This record gives sequence, C-alpha cells and structure tokens, in this order.
Amino acid sequence: MPELLLVEAVNDALHVEMQRDESVMILGEDVGTLGGVFRATAGLQERFGAHRCVDTPLAEAGIVGTAVGLCMAGWRPVCEMQYDAFSYPALDQLINHVGRYRWRTRGRMSFPLTIRMPYGGGVRAPELHDDSPETYYVHTPGVKVAIPSTPADAKGLLAAAIRDPDPVVVLEPKLHYRTTKEDVPEGEHVVPLGKARIAREGSDLTMVCYGAMVHVSLAAAETLADEVSCEVLDLRSLKPLDEDALLASVAKTGRVVVVQEAPRVCGFAAEVAAVLAEKAIFDLHGPVVRVTGYDVPYPYWQIEDAYMPSVVRVVDAVRRVLAA
Amino acid sequence: MSRVLPAEGDLRRVIGDGDAIPDREVEGLGADELLQLYRNLVLLRTYDERSVVYHRQGRIGTYAIFWNHEAMQAGSVFALDDRDWIFPAYRESAIGLLRGMPVSTVLSWWRGHPAGWWNPKDYNLASICVPIATQIPHAVGFAWGSRLNREDTVALTLFGDGATSEGAFHEGATFAGVMKAPVILLCNNNQWAISTPLSKQTAAPTLADKAIGYGIPGVRVDGCDVLAVYEATRDAVLRARAGDGPTFIEAVSYRAAPHATADDPSLYIDPQRVEEQRENECIGRFERYLKRLGVLGDEQAAAVKAEALELMRAGISAAEAEPPADPSLVFEHAYADPPPPLLADRDELLRILGDA
Repeated sequence: MPELLLVEAVNDALHVEMQRDESVMILGEDVGTLGGVFRATAGLQERFGAHRCVDTPLAEAGIVGTAVGLCMAGWRPVCEMQYDAFSYPALDQLINHVGRYRWRTRGRMSFPLTIRMPYGGGVRAPELHDDSPETYYVHTPGVKVAIPSTPADAKGLLAAAIRDPDPVVVLEPKLHYRTTKEDVPEGEHVVPLGKARIAREGSDLTMVCYGAMVHVSLAAAETLADEVSCEVLDLRSLKPLDEDALLASVAKTGRVVVVQEAPRVCGFAAEVAAVLAEKAIFDLHGPVVRVTGYDVPYPYWQIEDAYMPSVVRVVDAVRRVLAA
Repeated sequence: MSRVLPAEGDLRRVIGDGDAIPDREVEGLGADELLQLYRNLVLLRTYDERSVVYHRQGRIGTYAIFWNHEAMQAGSVFALDDRDWIFPAYRESAIGLLRGMPVSTVLSWWRGHPAGWWNPKDYNLASICVPIATQIPHAVGFAWGSRLNREDTVALTLFGDGATSEGAFHEGATFAGVMKAPVILLCNNNQWAISTPLSKQTAAPTLADKAIGYGIPGVRVDGCDVLAVYEATRDAVLRARAGDGPTFIEAVSYRAAPHATADDPSLYIDPQRVEEQRENECIGRFERYLKRLGVLGDEQAAAVKAEALELMRAGISAAEAEPPADPSLVFEHAYADPPPPLLADRDELLRILGDA
C-alpha cells in the first residue's frame, strides 16, 4: 500500500474512477493544464484528455449548471470549486436544481454529479479561502455531504460520491492536504457514505467531529488521556448521518462534545445535539456542549487561531461537561 | 469561424402585411408543413385561453399566460428534430404539447398534481424551469455533453428579456461560446418582466447585442412572425449541427396579456401598445398569410380550432380524473438512496395519518 498525502489520495481516487468509468469527467477552474491550485487534479488532463478534464471559465454557477445538463447527456461530472467560499455563487444551481431535479422527474432521471472543494481555515489565506460551508449543503434536500479527515477516507469517500446515484458534495480539509501521510489502498477503494468511524476508542466521553476537527479532537483526547478516556467519532458523512454509530457511542459514554469549525448558529453540531436530545436523552449524564467557530465572518488570518476550535478549547469543553 | 457582428436593428420578417410589406416564403415549407405549424399554433393558443378560464373556475392554480408567444414557441420547435432537446421556462409550460405530451399532463402541473411531472427523456423536454434563466446552463451543458458523445443533437432553450439580466444567462452564454455548444438561446423579448420594462432591464440597444460579448452570433426576428422565428431557428440548428456552435435569437414582441393570472398590468402597461399588439397578434397574422397563399380556408380553420377545443375538454377531464396524490409521495424521488431518517419520517407520518 502506498503512503499518500490527503491531496494525493484525492488525485488517486480521480484517476481510478475516471479509468473505471468513461462517463466520469472533471470540470473546474485551473483543473486541467495546471492540475488544480492544490494539484488535486494533476495529471488527469494528460491521461484522459482535455474533454474529460476541462478547464472551465471562471464561473461557478456555470460549472454546476452545465454539470446538470451534462448529467442529462449521460455524463457523470465531478465539479471542483476552487475554494469553499467560491462555491456560494453556485448555491443557486445547487439549491434550485441539483437537489431537486431528480424529484422533478419523479425519480426517472438521475443526477449523479459530485461537487468537491477544499474547505476550512488555519492556512493563513486571504478572505473567503477559509470557510466551512457544510451546513448550506446538508440543509439542501436531495444533496448528500461527505467530509473526510484522512487520506484513505479522502480516496474512499470521493469514490463513493462519484459512484453514488445522487448528487454529493465532498469537502476536503485543505489544512490537512499535505500534513499527514498514510497508507491508502491501491486501486479501487470505496468508503460507503453514512458510515462513521471511531478514530479513537474511549469510555467516558464522545467527541463528535468531522474533517479537520478530527485532528483537533484527537489531540485534545490525547492531552486529556490521563484524566478521562475520550472516544473520537469521525462522522465522515453528514448526510446520510450514521445515527447508529452516534447513538451507540453515546450510549457507552453518556457525555458528548461536538466539535465543528463552522459558525455555531444552526451548524451541524446543532443537528447532532438535536438528534441526541430526541434519541439519547436518557443516556446523557450531562449537557451536550458544542465547540465551534463563532457567529462572525472568518477573521483576519493573524488572529484566525482565536476563531478556530483548538485543542485548549476542546479540553476546556470536556472538563466543563465532566464537572456538570 | 464566422465573424460576430452587432445584430441588425430591423427585425427579420417573412410574413408581410398584405399591403406594403410583401410576403416571403420559406424554402422547404410546403402546404402540409404550413398547416401543421398552424395546428400547433392553434393548439397552444387554445391551451392558453382555456387555462385562463380553468383558473377562474378554480380548476387550475396560478397560471403564467403565454398569449401571443405561440409563434416563438411553435416556430422554434418546428425547426427541431424529435431527438433535439428543449429546455423551457414556465412561460413555455405547454411546449410539450408539440412533442405529443398529453394536455392533462400540463394541466396537472398547473394543478400541483404529481401527474404533471414528466420524464424528460420521454419527450426530450427538460422540466419546466421556474427560477429565471437557470435552465440556460442546463441546455448548454446538455448540448456540450451531446457533442462530447459525438451526437449531432442540439438543444433549444427559451427565456424572457428579464432573464438576460441574470447571472445564469451570462454564465450559460459564456460556457456556450467557449465550449462551442450546439445550443440555441431563444430570448422571448416581450419587453416586460412582470412590471419592469425593457428600458429598466438593460441599457443595451438590443438584447441580441449581448451575444457579441460571448462570441455568439445574435439575430433579431419579429417574435409574432412564426415563419421568421422558424427560419432563424432552422439556420441556428444547421450551424449547431455543423459544429459551428451556439446562436442567440432575440424574438421581439410586446406582452399583450398579464404576466400571470395573479397580475394586474393596468397598473403599469401601455394600453395603446397592448391594443395594437392584440390586433396584430401572431396567429391572426399567420392565418391571413395562409389565406393569401390559398393554403387555409375558413372551414378548415374552424375544424382546427374545434379539434383543439376538444383536446382541451378531454385534457381537463383527464386531469381532474387523476386520483388524489398519495401523501407518501412527499418522501419519494428526492434521493435514489434516501437517508434513513427520511424513511423514519415517512413511517411516522403514515402512522399518524393512518390513526387520524
């Protein structure tokens, strides 16, 4: 098994899926000749041709909108949004069409497109290169959402997204594109949507997290290792959500901290807390506490570390839950 | 590649006025084709007029009127082959009738009944697009994808003058030009977007001029001249099939009816212009042309109208005879593979409805 960086695993998934299925094509800004600003699509145009790895005009709604039409012509487009916040112009197409078109045809046509994008902060970048927009996508009916935290999952979840008959948005933690290397299965590798992963086993408290926050949670669990046994549950996909894994972990630990990088209000952590309130209230020994970004625009990068959920903030939240 | 020039200021016409402006003929259209086109126009007109009545009778919901837009719809579709795809806006809600779609299907759509949601592949007709201009990128993507498949299928998309102010028009047209997509962008310029006149929509001298910016040829036709619309679309289809890419057609008319059944145009529209337009509406013009040619007689015209009315009577009966929609359909079709909580929601609702 080769050791790959997360971004290399994304690239590997695209190679394997384009080889496997001739209807898979890549659309995006700078994805072809350049291979993407993060090189996630490097080598694809050379290997599969300019018609299957397409440098598009700088028009996100055009990319997602034409992808809807490409699906109708039998293609399986994988759209790259260059950065998280650059995807907002495409929300019109996503909400009005991507998530609705299958329903509009009463299930008789499929729109198996994938939208993938680097997301999240901590990379000392200009404004609008740091957002965590998952809530918009999760809240859109007809659309599924996956967020890997590791290279192997980045490959496997992207493969699952591309093969899925429904539209899937995949958010890739750009902070970890090149920070971790791990063994990634060669060739076809699929991690099914809707299956969470226990990233660290524990017995006293569950940290629920996804994407970049898995790494923060793991570090916090390690910091706390001498005082409390924390389980880290990496959700991997937000829709479908693996409620069984969530409820099983909470039934075991009875205490929960949810960690999310996006602003707090109506973020995915609120959904997790609501599911626990509805289905696990009698398993809980204390309040469900959220550690999240704040209800402000993502800040200037000189002070972004104060905004991002950090190990010390997660540790503090865990101690508050334990003290409650 | 042909040079892209500013659109001509005059509107192309085929149908004269029986006086100073002479009639022309369109090559390839014999008496049979002209009569078929006439039947198509009358079918659309009858659909539209009856729908307003059905709305007033409470038999359909809010309805977007397309009175006097029939020439743009029937003329453009007549230039397509059945294998070509159409991407309509809501103003073209009944355009499927020209592809053999039952009247009851369209009426069901306006009745909010699921029987009104068709399989686009059955008619090569995309779903009715409600958000303005957003179907344009779909048509472009479809046309581009067909070209990648080495098919010579083309796509036609219809939209109004207001749609050219939307970002989706700009992005769709940009892609169409760059990808040389075999697509026809047909702008139905009736000069009003609900109450907003064209003068407040754009400072461009013509909408077809916008095409220059995308490297797309733009032509202007009289939108009430069904043969001019047909001819311009046919030329655009030929260009598209030959691999020469998209064409923008601006078909100009004047909206002579309310935007929709819920609209009161007396608050904003010029009644004089409406009156002129109604006297010169598209089907009457074509009818007079056919009569000058000796292709259509009064009796035949009456038979065509009677046939269309009968189709409507049968259509509304069939739509009203649809069994009530099953509430469990709420949970169907959004996903091929629905998330488990959605299935739990369905079971819960059905239990509650069953107990009630």
